[in-house]
Amino acid sequence: MSGGPPSGATEPAVPSPGSGAVDPTPTLGREDVAHVAALARLALSDDELDMFTEQLARVIEHARDVAALDVADVPPTAHPLPVRNVLRADEPRGGLDRDEVLAAAPDVEDGRFKVPRIVGEAP
Amino acid sequence: MNPGALAVAASVRSGERRARAVVEETLEAIAARDPGLHAFLHVAGDQALEAAAAVDRAVEEGRDPGPLAGVPVALKDNICTRGVPTTCASRILEGWLPPYDATVVTRLRDAGAVVVGKTNLDEFAMGSSTENSSRGPTRHPMDPTRVPGGSSGGSAAAVGAGLVPLALGSDTGGSVRQPAALCGTVGMKPTYGLVSRYGLVAFASSLDQIGPIARSVGDAAALFEVIAGHDPLDSTSLDAPAPSVSQVLDAGVEGMRVGLVAELVDGTAPDVARRVRAAAGALAGAGAVVDDVTVPEMRFGLSAYYLIAPAEASSNLARYDGVRYGLRVDAPDVAAMNTATRTAGFGPEVKRRIMLGTYALSAGYYDAYYGKAQRVRTLMIRAFDRAYERFDVLLGATAPTTAFRLGERTDDPLAMYMSDVCTIPSNLSGHPAISVPFGAGDDGLPVGVQVLAPARGEEQLFRAAAVLERAAGEVRS
Repeated sequence: MSGGPPSGATEPAVPSPGSGAVDPTPTLGREDVAHVAALARLALSDDELDMFTEQLARVIEHARDVAALDVADVPPTAHPLPVRNVLRADEPRGGLDRDEVLAAAPDVEDGRFKVPRIVGEAP
Repeated sequence: MNPGALAVAASVRSGERRARAVVEETLEAIAARDPGLHAFLHVAGDQALEAAAAVDRAVEEGRDPGPLAGVPVALKDNICTRGVPTTCASRILEGWLPPYDATVVTRLRDAGAVVVGKTNLDEFAMGSSTENSSRGPTRHPMDPTRVPGGSSGGSAAAVGAGLVPLALGSDTGGSVRQPAALCGTVGMKPTYGLVSRYGLVAFASSLDQIGPIARSVGDAAALFEVIAGHDPLDSTSLDAPAPSVSQVLDAGVEGMRVGLVAELVDGTAPDVARRVRAAAGALAGAGAVVDDVTVPEMRFGLSAYYLIAPAEASSNLARYDGVRYGLRVDAPDVAAMNTATRTAGFGPEVKRRIMLGTYALSAGYYDAYYGKAQRVRTLMIRAFDRAYERFDVLLGATAPTTAFRLGERTDDPLAMYMSDVCTIPSNLSGHPAISVPFGAGDDGLPVGVQVLAPARGEEQLFRAAAVLERAAGEVRS
């Protein structure tokens, strides 16, 4: 397996790659990886940055088959079920035991989660 | 080899065997054989013996001990168990003791099943070989130089090696079916929404579904029936009765319309493709009407999946910030603490997926990647709908190859992702699918064939699976 699943015989219903010819899809470079790593709060060494850039660029390159499709008239699917606004009756009920929950936290004080300084010099 | 789950339950329910003896035997087998296999991350021996004693008391007192009375079950370690470690094979959750049980765990206990331990997986279920575990890989039960598949590799290996008759895994892109196929076991992904995800650590919420792994189709059906059904604690749970499947296992496939999917056969290894064609022949021999079908949209499945799943993962895994549970690496301010914690706590594959998802969702790329992938998801669902106008079930391979060697695909993420190419379409569509062992490849290792059905089509899925299981048995003997 190197080129993805076989194409088989095509039916007219399948849009052909590039038929829209609108979007020369962006490629992913080293500065993109550094940017998303910072957004995701991950620190990368220079070597890791090189490795991830090479690997992620290959995945994004593979995804160009999808990115190149002209599917503007197809609605997106976010979820396989047609469920909306699932609500329950607004009745009070017990939650998790506070001490048991706090016991799993790295640091607590007076029944609350404790974190290092939030306000101060910009991170 | 141990008897199957239903045989164990029957002997415990009748009083012929004590649950405690069954569980003691299982714990001994794990102690003796798991060191070479590494299917388990945690064995809950004391809790298991206590649960077994409760089952025995129920039998003695004439109370119904449940349909899975005394049956040892292993759980993938991304399923929450109260007071028992749940790590997702990640350093970031090492030592975490969940304050609650997943709904599937509650249902298993209510059914009399005994949770004996937590099994290895690719970190946060991201992988296809169980090599992305912070605790080291699981070995294939028949060949220690090979992977068991993944990400539910520990569960599949534990069942394949005969350590437990039943296990649960989770299937986001094939993570139950693919390892089940590689380990010669039965693995099933239910219709999205049929099994509660409450207490399943989230990976990609619109795709994740818990599913059974067993050594027989009948055992998988029994486990599916125990875990399926509406759960108010999961807002994506279907508010409808779950299909009952055990009663249709002998119904056969006379007149059933079976579509052999070109996209799920042609790209697979020649020995795998041969087994799938043999399975099609077996169904035809049992009276099914088998025809070829192409579903060309499937060729976009891999790309769409590797945009959608990482996008959802990047959001779901934002919760690991060193505040409420798990690892914290200290730093002078909270943002630096978040970064230090996540950098130390996540392995390379999880970082890859988080960054890929963050990229696919980020300003400027959202429409080109994530938005397109969601529209392609619609195309995939429409393609399945068209196919199911002509067919009751579809048939194909579960995985493109038999079990591969440890290390073979670890340096090439895209090659690893290809292992899921046959299973991903059902996750994108939310449809059920099952993998059934159907003979061996040229290397003597198990081959699984996959049956796919429309939403809530579990009945025809299990009917076809049962026929394939019988046919495979006849081939072997």
